[in-house]
Amino acid sequence: MVKLRIDDTDVEVEAGSSVLQACEKAGREIPHFCYHERLSVAGNCRMCLVEIEKAPKPIASCAYPVAEGMVVRTDTQVVRQARRGVMEFLLINHPLDCPICDQGGQCDLQDQSYAYGMDHSRYAENKRAVKDKYLGPLVKTVMTRCIQCTRCIRFATEIAGVPELGATARGENMEVGTYVEHALTSELSGNMIDICPVGALTNKPGAFVARPWELKHTESVDALDAVGTPIRVDVRGLEVLQILPGVNDEINDEWLGDKSRFSVDGLKRRRLDRPWVRQDGKLRPASWQEAFNAIAARLGGVPAARIGAVAGDLCDGESMMALKDLMAAFGSSNLDCRQDGAKLDASRRDFYLFNSTIAGLDVADAILLVGTNPRREAPILNARIRKRWLATSGRLPIGIIGSATDLTYKAENLGANAGLLASLGERAPDFFSRMQDAERPMVVVGQSALARDDGNSVLADAWDLAKTIGALQDEWHGFNVLHTAASRVCALDLGFMPGPGAIDFDAMVDGGVDLLWLLGADEFDTRRIGPHTFVVYQGHHGDKGAARADVVLPGAAYTEKDGTYVNMEGRVQHGYRALFAPGEAREDWRIIRAFSSVAGRPLPYDDIDGVRARMAAVNPVLGRTGLQRFGCSDLSGPCPQLGREHATDSQIGELVADYYLTNPISRASPTMAECSRIAPAALAQPALPIAAE
Amino acid sequence: MSGSAENIGDGSTATHNRVDPEHFAFTADSEAEIVKILAKYPAGREASAVLPLLYIVQEQMRHDTGSAWVPRIAMDFVAHRLEMPPIRVYEVATFYLMFNTSPVGRYHLQICTTTPCWLRGSDAVVAACRRVTGIKGWHETSADGLFTMSEVECLGACVNAPILQVDNDYYEDMDASSTSRLLEALKRGEAPPQPGSMIGRLTSAPEGGPMTLTAAER
Repeated sequence: MVKLRIDDTDVEVEAGSSVLQACEKAGREIPHFCYHERLSVAGNCRMCLVEIEKAPKPIASCAYPVAEGMVVRTDTQVVRQARRGVMEFLLINHPLDCPICDQGGQCDLQDQSYAYGMDHSRYAENKRAVKDKYLGPLVKTVMTRCIQCTRCIRFATEIAGVPELGATARGENMEVGTYVEHALTSELSGNMIDICPVGALTNKPGAFVARPWELKHTESVDALDAVGTPIRVDVRGLEVLQILPGVNDEINDEWLGDKSRFSVDGLKRRRLDRPWVRQDGKLRPASWQEAFNAIAARLGGVPAARIGAVAGDLCDGESMMALKDLMAAFGSSNLDCRQDGAKLDASRRDFYLFNSTIAGLDVADAILLVGTNPRREAPILNARIRKRWLATSGRLPIGIIGSATDLTYKAENLGANAGLLASLGERAPDFFSRMQDAERPMVVVGQSALARDDGNSVLADAWDLAKTIGALQDEWHGFNVLHTAASRVCALDLGFMPGPGAIDFDAMVDGGVDLLWLLGADEFDTRRIGPHTFVVYQGHHGDKGAARADVVLPGAAYTEKDGTYVNMEGRVQHGYRALFAPGEAREDWRIIRAFSSVAGRPLPYDDIDGVRARMAAVNPVLGRTGLQRFGCSDLSGPCPQLGREHATDSQIGELVADYYLTNPISRASPTMAECSRIAPAALAQPALPIAAE
Repeated sequence: MSGSAENIGDGSTATHNRVDPEHFAFTADSEAEIVKILAKYPAGREASAVLPLLYIVQEQMRHDTGSAWVPRIAMDFVAHRLEMPPIRVYEVATFYLMFNTSPVGRYHLQICTTTPCWLRGSDAVVAACRRVTGIKGWHETSADGLFTMSEVECLGACVNAPILQVDNDYYEDMDASSTSRLLEALKRGEAPPQPGSMIGRLTSAPEGGPMTLTAAER
């Protein structure tokens, strides 16, 4: 630790900290543009100048290391004068277009010019104008506004791992861009909009729509992948206008995937805003009462064993709890949450969680990815792996069993055969021994490895491998399942799985039931459902499920309801309602509760606290938010009932073919459609060398 | 000529009307040179060789096509060869004005107009260049494709100002007539005069020969 004095405050900071960090610790706000705590230090904006005793001139505090006994002054005449000078230079070429700039009201340059700007310009010459760049359908550029802080360049290179942005030419002619015009190939490109301190990079689909002060903010949880990224939903009137990342160092640092950020325009398209009932082969609008009556009438003659329910990928815990209870009231335990057919063992929580946790990636020292492409399935988590890989100077051993490529870090492809898991020691001895030598190794199993006929064996083999290499310790649990569905872990926690003697998803859709309740389940081929099965679709978008349904019950999207979500780590989080669902659509658990009364088997709760109390009774884990971290105390593996067949030597395919179109909300989004359209061209580009910067 | 209005060395404006060749590959001579250069850098640090490799590209283009420039496709080639992201090569190539990111004439006339040269008559050199080549503005190429004129900052030879750099050769102590003579000779395809001082000065010795300790009476 180093002691130094900032103005009149003594602070103690870690050796190697910058003066700027020390100043912030002392409670002094230092204006800055290029400095960003999660990026490397560039030191080129010069706004963070401070005076340091015995130094002949002001010093850029972001790039100056602290030293013992240093005396720093952050608010002297010289400092203010120097910053004013810097600000004047920055504004020389910055256009005065704040009134038509989308960054207005949330602009670092605007804010800081209040403190350090002049009330008039002394510059009479022509301002420089820069041609706008095309960076794809998500990021709009107005490059004349760029102050060349290079944050976006550093973000692309360091965090996103796609070194595509750069500063070409120099001096007056320097421009930030890709030089050769093409869309950014990152799933994290939206974050450049957040880190751009001016209006050079702004939200392209959301251009000229709202001012920041018009928006009502609601802190919530992202439901479009299983990472559980904290988000802020910004609403004006009856419309979600933007979704921004929240900050949680244990989950997302401060990043958000493009799908989660830009699917907002899907929230107001193809919405189910009233009940529908199929009559003479066609869906017609109906009232709630009619819809409920239609279901109740059909339910009358069906034996309990011929009723089933499937929970989709975006469901909140409350609605799944209510649906499970409803099914139980009718005597059915034909429940499933695995539309992808993944073989999961819900008998113990650590059989299906990402046990090492996302923050645990920061200390992992060997990673084996089995049948998963984290870049597409969980870009935030992938960025975290890259962060760890960079922190180890690229020495972190990462192995892939499967077909994932181009993950933004160097990984050894061990082959795509599931059989490798059981024989890694013989068939990849080098990598196996590196896993064995590691203190905190991780085995990560993705859904495409489990969504196979021998998925149970893959799960058991992966567990055994983790056990063999010593990944299962008292303080470190190195067995991980990487999920793609936000609802999956909560569903497993609630036991939304086939009960004893009940049938699973495949059997249900292939004609095993006469009444099938789809709770937002759209991710399968609905043609598999036989013509005589009566389908109730409860959800928010007119996607595949609704098209096949006999009764459509309009539910709420994740922004329109209070809901419990459990991310892949097992972190229990509450999302909050940012606006009301459109039209007659209602919160999903209330729909089920209301139907239970119509059907004459009322559920025993009337408010959300009641549902949550019931959830906590079913699984105490859901009783409180947050993450409980465990080591591994019981080494016995999953799926013990199987005769320990090893996984067969067959290829593991890819599950998430198109990152941008994995759920009904994104499929309704024109922005995501455009991203999906241009993605193949981006993928066809030669892979970039991996930036080890 | 297409690309004539471009700012040479400024990649930002050059992306649109630049005519990239379809293919680029290093010749055997270049390859031999590259092997020598790469040997100077430790393994994993090959990216350090980006400047010399770009220089080889430009010299090869001069030799093969008569126009010393670095096409984008060649930058990609260098990036691939050095296992670095293409954008990092673009950054380097556009940063240094010595690399031409758009085609230039057979002879690249780089005229220093910084203060010492200007004081010693660079305006006359510029005027002579314009008269002989018919070029109007900076960074333009003459109609016959022989010459491109660039204004450059200090070439570091102020003692013998003004300087006219033709490709890699310095012509010093220039004036209007020596400039015309030089360019006319190039135009006719004759061997150009020996580079160096045009008034017979030995390196940067005083005009009329060395004087220190030789003329006590002065």
